Amino acid sequence: MMDRPLKIAVASGKGGTGKTTVAVSLALTAAATGKTVQYLDCDVEEPNGHIFLKPQIHSRFPATVRLPEVIEKKCNGCGVCADICAYNAIAVVKEKVLIFPELCRGCGACSLFCPQGALVEISRPVGTVEIGAGAGVAFIRGVLSIGQIMSPAVIAAVKDAAGDQEITLLDCPPGTSCPVIEAVRDADAVLLVTEPTPFGLHDLTLAVEMTRALEKPFCVVLNRFDLGDDKTVAYCREENIPIVLSIADDRRIAETYARGEILIEALPSYAPVFTDAWERIWTWCIGRMPEKEVPAPANRERTATS
Amino acid sequence: MKEIVVISGKGGTGKTSLTAAFAAMGGKQVLADCDVDAADLHLVLNPEIIREDVFIGGSKASIREEDCTGCGLCVEHCRFRAIEYPVAASGDRADKPRINPVFCEGCRVCVRICPVEAIAFDPAESGRLFVSRTPLGPMVHACLGVAQGNSGKLVTLVRNEARAIAEREACELIIIDGPPGVGCPVIASITGANLALIVTEPTLSGHHDMQRAAELTAHFLIPTLVCVNKWDIHPGMTERIEKEARDHGVIPAGRIRYDQLVTEAQVRRTNVLACGDSPIGEEIKALWRCIEGALNGARTGGAGLKTVPP
Repeated sequence: MMDRPLKIAVASGKGGTGKTTVAVSLALTAAATGKTVQYLDCDVEEPNGHIFLKPQIHSRFPATVRLPEVIEKKCNGCGVCADICAYNAIAVVKEKVLIFPELCRGCGACSLFCPQGALVEISRPVGTVEIGAGAGVAFIRGVLSIGQIMSPAVIAAVKDAAGDQEITLLDCPPGTSCPVIEAVRDADAVLLVTEPTPFGLHDLTLAVEMTRALEKPFCVVLNRFDLGDDKTVAYCREENIPIVLSIADDRRIAETYARGEILIEALPSYAPVFTDAWERIWTWCIGRMPEKEVPAPANRERTATS
Repeated sequence: MKEIVVISGKGGTGKTSLTAAFAAMGGKQVLADCDVDAADLHLVLNPEIIREDVFIGGSKASIREEDCTGCGLCVEHCRFRAIEYPVAASGDRADKPRINPVFCEGCRVCVRICPVEAIAFDPAESGRLFVSRTPLGPMVHACLGVAQGNSGKLVTLVRNEARAIAEREACELIIIDGPPGVGCPVIASITGANLALIVTEPTLSGHHDMQRAAELTAHFLIPTLVCVNKWDIHPGMTERIEKEARDHGVIPAGRIRYDQLVTEAQVRRTNVLACGDSPIGEEIKALWRCIEGALNGARTGGAGLKTVPP
């Protein structure tokens, strides 16, 4: 059995299917096997993992994006930067450069191509990263500042702050667009949490398409499996997607969640369910990992956050 | 014309189920599903699609392999880590890099930096926009392509289309089913709306996320109501959320009980009110009366809502 670190993203198309419940209880289950574990809260728009893990935060720093700034005495107002910007984040009016920070994505084009070298990049905070530990696992979360839109940048900052623990669980935002892609892109495998309702199934199919587009191995966690209809199970069977964990629709789970308690601690009868599931997930994941570590291409070093 | 937007902060609190039920009471209206990332409203409204538009969110770069010299300048300058040298299973690295369209943000830096002009830049389909007829009125919805960005732009298109239909057909009301979170698509869904309804649940997570959603609507000066769904899961937390909401200048507009009828309605591809008389149905009707009152208040400027400035 290989001993390289394993990064598992816990995602879902639909919101409220139980990503955080699953990620937190799996983190504790993995830690109980003697592995070092970190939990990364990548749902930076609405992070909730801290409610359950109750971490002690020992450091905190801003998550930033790069933003151009004009060196007035070098700028001749030529307007090349405004022509180049793909996001309409720069306008030049009466030879004066105006920058709209909320539209800028930090691609670097303007400063790179300014003929006068009159644009430099500064850091603009869009959120906060917090690092700590709770319930026996390392904890990192990102929080997007209200009114900001650069969720992916905050998620990237969370991942950059990650340690080298043996197991990493990434609690992802719902949906299938840019923030989810940022959260999932460096994971080894993806757990898709869903519920067997028409909304749950529809959003699962979208999440499956996304995960396939990213060429990640994935399997399904079925929450409230005795609810709704049997179409989700039928879909997974047709598509050959393993269901690695099924959790009953138990009002007590909803109540422990409401109180901010960790499922396997508040309801110990669920601990063996998670222990079995973790073993299945672990075996399944490493069965899908490349035989040997491939050499990382040069640009894997992060030069910027999008 | 008035726009009410249903948002939540936390996902899965019941936005779409409530929106569908509101639609059953709203009268002459246009429905807009702005959760373009995971649109579900169409699943319970049985729409007949009458128009379908391709959404071009932007252009994407691609390398013409025959012209590429493999110098690697593009790889070095891509801030989005979209350009990599493919690595074969054997561990061998290819000579020429490849652009993964999933990660390309269309900034054009690679196109400009390439010394041999080997990078093409073409408009790419990033989703579809639909105009449909439903038994409860016209609906505008969309489907963002898998792993695509620019959801905010598509949300804006959905809203513009809904407004155009509302004007054309003299509809007084647009009901918007919003996305979860507080990011780009949510901001695009709420800006300029007359009223926001935050649907939350009585959990610590729901409480936390409601506060962030309320801060967002306050930031954009949108009068806001809150409704606690499944309130009886934790009555104490419901009280806390409602108190907190008032402190944020958000008005509690109703409580909805936990009822499996909601799931049943979804499985039957309809809304809760179409499942016969029920206590939960009465609660949803009372909530809707409160929303209508707030919308009318907003119109007359009389007993309207106040928001707390950011």
